[in-house]
Amino acid sequence: MVQYAKAHLDASFAALSDATRRGILEQLGRADASITDLAEAFQMTLTGMKKHVGVLEQAGFVTTEKVGRVRTCRLGLRRLEEEAAWIEAYRQLWDARFDELDRVVEELKRKEKDDGE
Amino acid sequence: MESKPTPMKNPTIVERTSERELVVARTFNGPAHIVFQAWTKPELFMRWWAPKSMGVPMLSCSMDVRVGGGYRIAFGHDASSAMEFFGKYLEVIPNARLVWTNEESDDAAITTVTFEEKDGKTLLVLHELHPSTEAFDANSGAEGGMPEQFEQLDELLVTLVAGR
Repeated sequence: MVQYAKAHLDASFAALSDATRRGILEQLGRADASITDLAEAFQMTLTGMKKHVGVLEQAGFVTTEKVGRVRTCRLGLRRLEEEAAWIEAYRQLWDARFDELDRVVEELKRKEKDDGE
Repeated sequence: MESKPTPMKNPTIVERTSERELVVARTFNGPAHIVFQAWTKPELFMRWWAPKSMGVPMLSCSMDVRVGGGYRIAFGHDASSAMEFFGKYLEVIPNARLVWTNEESDDAAITTVTFEEKDGKTLLVLHELHPSTEAFDANSGAEGGMPEQFEQLDELLVTLVAGR
């Protein structure tokens, strides 16, 4: 499991190590685009762009779908999954904090009651 | 056979409400003035803000809870490796509302906490507003809770996108 995660992460870093690929992600963050659109935007051959998109697709950052003769690229689910995992981790942190805070609240409540009597 | 009833634990809700906002909510079984105290008295705050599962203990905490007053919290296993979090209070309404800045990073978030009492219970809502999506991704949960690898990856993504 750890090895799998590590390999996945290595692929991510490799995918992101290239300025063009980072640019592609940024572009797709604004709108879906076809390979042709991207090739034009980055002044690159179709073959070159296909290669970059392939690397991003492998790492899970991008998904592509071919409809007719056009291959459309969009941001992959991966970031969403990571975000969900992150939110859950964050929720656990707050939950642990608030369990402790519950104890403090209970104690202060007791103290107040004792003082009032 | 019935086991002794354990008091119902109130759920903690965390929701990303927009590209740069996050909300944390929970109800506490006590009046607002008590919950407020636990957020504004350092000796009480230190007892819960850094639970064991966070993995990093709180070393020190100082709070000057008034508008314009500052706070400073240090985490770490010893003073040499301490990480500090600090800022100042923008709004202080006793037993009702706290707003503070988080100035340990340049593009700092604003945190708003509201305390709403009803029938002796307090609904606490914490709201984090980040100046941008990138800042959100870079700074949220910086105190822990986020697996280190995701954090690194996210940091990288943010620098990369921002640097273009």
